[in-house]
Amino acid sequence: MSTATEHNTSTEHADGHADEHHGASDKQYIVIALILAALTAIEVSTYYIDFGPLFMPTLFVLMTVKFIVVASYFMHLKFDNKLFSYLFYTGLILAVLVYAGALSTFKFFLQKG
Amino acid sequence: MADTAISHGHDSGHGAHVTSTGLSNNKMAMWMFLGSECLLFGGLISTYMLYKGRVNSGPQPDQIFDIPFTSVSSFVLLMSSLTMVLAVSAAQRKDDRNTNLWLTITALLGAMFVGGQVYEFTAFYREGLGFTTSLFGSSFYTLTGFHGVHVSVGIIMLMALVGMISRNRIPGNKAEAVEMVGLYWHFVDVVWIVIFTLVYLIPA
Repeated sequence: MSTATEHNTSTEHADGHADEHHGASDKQYIVIALILAALTAIEVSTYYIDFGPLFMPTLFVLMTVKFIVVASYFMHLKFDNKLFSYLFYTGLILAVLVYAGALSTFKFFLQKG
Repeated sequence: MADTAISHGHDSGHGAHVTSTGLSNNKMAMWMFLGSECLLFGGLISTYMLYKGRVNSGPQPDQIFDIPFTSVSSFVLLMSSLTMVLAVSAAQRKDDRNTNLWLTITALLGAMFVGGQVYEFTAFYREGLGFTTSLFGSSFYTLTGFHGVHVSVGIIMLMALVGMISRNRIPGNKAEAVEMVGLYWHFVDVVWIVIFTLVYLIPA
């Protein structure tokens, strides 16, 4: 009988034996690293090329994409049990909300706007 | 019915624990730790964002930052995440030789990053930015210094892991031990992704 407390990952076997492979292949990891390197190059290019009003949005989007790609693929959140994602992203979202609220009390965003 | 209340953990095939969630307690603890680390670095980054324009004396951020140099450092740390994940992959294949190889390369790349940070701090100090020169200086050194300490601790963990794997001193699931250190290392990388953008690329 299955229960709600069973949360084996897709790579675990019924006897609880740990997996032989967990995540993407080595080639896929290299491709992901190359994509991350390319995104970093675009980020750095914003220092030399005038992106105009797209400067900040470009940097924020690239930063977010890189963060999620590393967390999802290199940290295996995409392949692991969702509970690990909840633990990590709860901390992350809590941090963003707490400090966005704290900075708001200093009128930080108004000053920058 | 009682046997349905629990299931075997991720590492139970190696004589480790049976957990109520069916997940590895070690892994759960590591993710909770990383979640709490988000709050630590969130505080440090917010403090920097608040104070980066507060320069009563000493150089301004855009006067001292060396973006090409820091970009290379960022690239080195990013590539160390690749070598780390290759080490985890090798550990899952029970390939100790390649695991140790990739772990050592990761540690070397991390050492390059920390070396770059030491060089950067020294250059900034010579240009007149001390820890107490301005609020910008204090918050900058605290944020990047905390990150540098995290990288240094990661290097120690990597080298300790290499030594333990070489001597076959890791009890239980070896792949999981490598994965735990890997999670910490990747976290240090994602924090730098945020710091590089918010501190270096966005001008004060």
